[in-house]
Amino acid sequence: MSTPNYEVSQADKKFIGLHLLFATASLFVGILFGPLQALEHSGLDLYPYIKPIFQSYYQGLTIHGVLNALVWTTFFITGFLTLVVIFGLKRDLRYPKLNRVGFWVMVVGLVTTAVPILLDEATVLYTFYPPLKAHWAFYAGLTLIVVGSWIEGYGFFFTFAAWRKENPGVRSPLMALMAVITMAMWQIATLGIAVEILTMLLPWSLGLIEGTDPQLARTYFWFTGHPLVYFWLLPAYISWYAMLPKQVGGKLFSDALARTAFWLFFLLSTPLGFHHQFVDPGIPAGWKFLHAMLTYSVFIPSMLTAFTVIASLERAAKKTHGGKGLLSWIRVLPWGDPSVSAQLLAGILFFFGGVGGLTNASYNVNLVLHNTAWVPGHFHLTVASAATLSFWGISYWLIPYLTGKELKHKKLASWANWIWFVGMIIFSNAMHVVGLLGAPRRTPLGLAPYIPEEWNGHLLRVGIGGSIMFIGACFYFYVVARTAWAKKYEPANVEIPAAESVHDPQQTPEWLDKWVPWIIATVALIIIAYGPQLVDQIANISLNSPGGKFW
Amino acid sequence: MSEIKTSMNLDPYERNWIIISIVLAVIFAIIIAVAGFAYGIQVPSPEQRVDPRTVALEGPWADPGLRELAPGKYDAYILAQTWSFVPREMTVPVGAEVTFYITSKDVQHGLKLQDTNLNVQVVPGQVSKLTITFDEPGDYDYICTEYCGAAHAVMFGTLHVEE
Ligand code: HEM
Ligand SMILES: [Cu+2]
Repeated sequence: MSTPNYEVSQADKKFIGLHLLFATASLFVGILFGPLQALEHSGLDLYPYIKPIFQSYYQGLTIHGVLNALVWTTFFITGFLTLVVIFGLKRDLRYPKLNRVGFWVMVVGLVTTAVPILLDEATVLYTFYPPLKAHWAFYAGLTLIVVGSWIEGYGFFFTFAAWRKENPGVRSPLMALMAVITMAMWQIATLGIAVEILTMLLPWSLGLIEGTDPQLARTYFWFTGHPLVYFWLLPAYISWYAMLPKQVGGKLFSDALARTAFWLFFLLSTPLGFHHQFVDPGIPAGWKFLHAMLTYSVFIPSMLTAFTVIASLERAAKKTHGGKGLLSWIRVLPWGDPSVSAQLLAGILFFFGGVGGLTNASYNVNLVLHNTAWVPGHFHLTVASAATLSFWGISYWLIPYLTGKELKHKKLASWANWIWFVGMIIFSNAMHVVGLLGAPRRTPLGLAPYIPEEWNGHLLRVGIGGSIMFIGACFYFYVVARTAWAKKYEPANVEIPAAESVHDPQQTPEWLDKWVPWIIATVALIIIAYGPQLVDQIANISLNSPGGKFW
Repeated sequence: MSEIKTSMNLDPYERNWIIISIVLAVIFAIIIAVAGFAYGIQVPSPEQRVDPRTVALEGPWADPGLRELAPGKYDAYILAQTWSFVPREMTVPVGAEVTFYITSKDVQHGLKLQDTNLNVQVVPGQVSKLTITFDEPGDYDYICTEYCGAAHAVMFGTLHVEE
């Protein structure tokens, strides 16, 4: 087909690198607050020392949530997927300018959001539940970040469509298809917060309407909030399915199942948001129950992913590295490659995250866990490990590929992964346990007057684990900064790890390469699962919550 | 090109795995459903709408607190506000069945009554209702579990269950 050693153009490499620059800088600032929060839980309050600049725990937590969960992820993902689309299709972007516009809209959005946050005018946390009222620029900026990511998505769609025209009858390349599915899911999913901000929060913060309907706002928010999780995870899955097998010297076990899993995620990511609202007063129990049941269907593509990824790894271990046994093959995988170890450790942490997720999603157990420290304990295993640690792993080859400079301090990079892993095990376990005992999230527990004795040991471990994670993160930033800013050129001979699949993708059934049926099914399922409640809540809207600035 | 025969190329292990996954998902769903109904697990459902601007001035939340409906049966009206619950303390006898009606007059809060199944989002304009029976004497703290502004961390109250 195409030339095997296709090179991404210099201009596009720069463009993708800019994404990583903004992403990494955001993660750097966002993570700084992590140990402050964790140590605060252990009784060591460092906030007085940063008081001249940062006013409160909550302002810090807003920065932590927005920069880590929204900005680092979105910038890294759009950058990485740009590469995946171009390299997957072995074709330039159809409208490179369009993608540039999208990117700079995101940057303007980031700055617009950051200013009010830094001025303590938007201390509303990254979920910005009304009627806590942020400065309008906060909402406007978030909107621009989302719109910018949409525009970059359109750029992918046009490129993908152009490729299809040029290659009739050829199965679309797996990694490009996955990237485009991820972005298409994102377009549908983000409609929730787009409507929330544009019809309610922005006019209210501008003084055009008196109040908000906080319950409806929550429904809009979680329409986006759950698929947001898949927006973080699917890019990591792209690497696990389509790249990691190559990095460990093997092939992708099943092209057809990889595609099936992605289509199922596309179909099932959105129509389950009520499982974040099990204890909301304004949603009928029956609808909550329906979403709880739908949530269990996501278990299936997750299990498919687990099988295919692990089977690919095992096959490589046994064929290439002479591994044996039921589990001991794991040891012969190339753990010395920091990019590989990051992703394997991410996968292990994600296993625990998945088990915890099943628990959160159950309609009744959730009563015990809702809004406790269990929840951040859980998503530090998903977004902060499965996604973030995988992105670290990707960056260990991506930055050298983009800059032409060898990865510096490979040993230190491996240490970064392992230290993060160990810290995360301690941190997240302690958070889960103390959450089960009743500790609330989003709370500087050092100030709380209701802490029973038995929480203290676990809260101490929160601080210890969090500090260890922070050391791992420092190693990571050091490695990537040294690599990106290395003066001496040691031209790297890096290839993008693109895994072949065991079977010729051309054998994959055609229905796994067709968009229309999947889009129709997805929209239909959303209408069934959300339509009646949305109509009902919108018909009964009362914008009578004026709220205000309570921090 | 069109001569290539298409197939899912399913490996036998893969096929079994898929079947097991589907069966497991169904079992989980059934367990949750059965447990939910059999133990009468309740989650809040729409109860009534209120106007957060006036809810503290008129109606039951103008005078929040316990109402004894019958011996051992109570309604508890709780008003959440920045940064306290009204009332701050309540006392009921062991065995009491208490139906909680919780709303907020300003921003969102949460209310989690420690060591019970009462854990709800408190949303202005809505009423979170749940019934709990208290079989064990003791002091149960109800704490705010949703960020509600500067003094969120100190927002709590206590329910005393006495012999
Ligand atoms: C050194 C590393 C980190 C430490 C020690 C840390 C610690 C914490 C702690 C203790 C909380 C809970 C605060 C509370 O509920 O009161 C928290 C919240 C959170 N963290 Fe991290 N974190 C770290 C890195 C990350 C990363 C890498 C991400 C995502 C990519 C992340 C995303 C979040 C989010 C989304 C929240 C929730 C914020 C909210 O409730 O509004 N964290 N973190
Ligand atoms: Cu509160």
